Amino acid sequence: MDAKLIKIDSLNFHWKKNSDFQLSVPSLTINEGEKILLLGESGSGKTTLLSLICGFISPLSGNITLGNTSIDELNAKNRDRFRADNIGIIFQQFNLLPYAKVIDNILLPLYFSKKRSSRLDNPYQTALDLCSSLRLPEQTKNMKASTLSVGQQQRVAVARALIGNPSLVIADEPTSSLDMSARKIFLDLMFSQISENQSTLLMVSHDPSLADHFDRTINIEDIIERSH
Amino acid sequence: MLYLSVEKIRTSAYASFTDTISQTDLIVGSRTSSIQLLLYSVFRIGNATNNITWESYEDIISREEVKWSVPISLGDSHKGFRVMGTTDEYFTRYKYRGGQSLEIQNGEHLDDLYDVVLGASVTEKLGYKIGDPLIIAHGLSSFSKHEDQPFKVSGILKKTGTPVDNTVIVSLEAIEAIHVDWSSGAKTPGLETPIEIIRQMDLTPKNISGVLIGVNSKLQIFKLQRWVNEYSEEPLSAILPGVALQELWRVVGVVENVLIGISIVVIFTTLIGMTAIIFSSLNERRREMAIWRAMGATPTVILGLLMLEAFIVSFLSSVISTIFLFLLLIILQPWIDQTYGILISIEMFSVDELSVFVYFILAALLISLLPALRAYWLSINDGMTIKI
Repeated sequence: MDAKLIKIDSLNFHWKKNSDFQLSVPSLTINEGEKILLLGESGSGKTTLLSLICGFISPLSGNITLGNTSIDELNAKNRDRFRADNIGIIFQQFNLLPYAKVIDNILLPLYFSKKRSSRLDNPYQTALDLCSSLRLPEQTKNMKASTLSVGQQQRVAVARALIGNPSLVIADEPTSSLDMSARKIFLDLMFSQISENQSTLLMVSHDPSLADHFDRTINIEDIIERSH
Repeated sequence: MLYLSVEKIRTSAYASFTDTISQTDLIVGSRTSSIQLLLYSVFRIGNATNNITWESYEDIISREEVKWSVPISLGDSHKGFRVMGTTDEYFTRYKYRGGQSLEIQNGEHLDDLYDVVLGASVTEKLGYKIGDPLIIAHGLSSFSKHEDQPFKVSGILKKTGTPVDNTVIVSLEAIEAIHVDWSSGAKTPGLETPIEIIRQMDLTPKNISGVLIGVNSKLQIFKLQRWVNEYSEEPLSAILPGVALQELWRVVGVVENVLIGISIVVIFTTLIGMTAIIFSSLNERRREMAIWRAMGATPTVILGLLMLEAFIVSFLSSVISTIFLFLLLIILQPWIDQTYGILISIEMFSVDELSVFVYFILAALLISLLPALRAYWLSINDGMTIKI
């Protein structure tokens, strides 16, 4: 369990249009199977860091290694493929294609990743199993995603992030749009499912009270270096 | 759809136009331009510059090339409609729309000297019934009327969509009869020949306005035409109706270009509208695009999706407009035919019309590149952050 999944080394980045904002991460390591909470105020660079790890954007200098792959060395197309193969993503909200059926939303990542779909004998059944473990009622599978409650939608997003066993799940404040009780149910379900899949979780939040659920909490202020 | 409708109307109008007269090989009148001769002899527009004497007419029809001939005599009117004097043969020889003959809707052909047969539009506008009396006015817009010699409606023609609909048809003799007491275009004062005497007079006309001629063999048309044009007794013109119609259409055809222009503008407006809609929906879709990206879709996939959407929209709109157009045609065809005399053919699209669809879809794809490229850049720059 001590193998390193994410390794960041002297990372530097700033947005082209907004040169005031600079992000420097001298060093960060996350082990396989860890559940990490990344804490930080809004505007502190959490989401930018996630975008870098996911390979949406590439750093100006420094290295990001996921597993055995240096994603900063991949071109844009290969980064997209790598993301499709290895990372499940859960957004704050509006995770689903509103016009598509729940089941199609869950199966969507498999269209972009042969690797993930090849891990499954019967993707449809796996999707249904994920639904039931996440306590989504049986009949929701054929409903349009937009007709579900926000809590249900977020759970569908978890199912989608986990299908095909990506090694890393990244969640960007997935609970911020949920009330307290829904938040607890959601987190419990998500955690048990991620543990079952043996995935690594990197979740971003500004809410320190969530820290109890996680193996480790990283405060973003501790890992970044402000240059100004 | 509008473009196609306009296109349909255009081609049909052209067909109707050129179908105004058919199976007539030559039209002979006094020396004039071919368009003018066509206008007054077929379309009843304008006047004959001069008349043909009856002797010339007899000379012409005695030629061996002539199979049949229908003399016509114009000049008088009835409440704005042209009166045409002709023979009974007009009803069998005059053909329109590829060989259709005139048909009587009600009543019968000219029988008595004072019978008239009315075109369909004349009856519609003036509300005549069989047996109604009718007075013919002298000239086209004069107050002097041939009141002393009333006519009686004997027949009403079916709608043809040709100028015949607007024509009041009488016999050649009748034209002669109403002018018995006239000379040099005015009624001779004090002279009033009773109808009984007129009926017994020899009413062979001295002049006619033109002749429709059919020849025995098409090969003889040009020979006869040259002979007529070189006729030494008086200056005459012989024209080929088909050729003259083409010349005339070239003049009228400006309207055609305007119609095409309008429909092209409409197509462009549609395309711009579609692009504007895609553009304005881009912002709402940034979330959706972020989802696609998170699933591992490359920006190229996003570009492709948007273009696919444009393709589907333009393709469906082509299909739907085709269906609508055909439904509309099926419903309106009889009415348009009746009212405007334009027979719109309901048939599958020609290659030209189909290519319009192809160009439309290609144009839609091309123009959708704009929002699609914008989406491409947005999706690259947005990454995980969805700025809403």
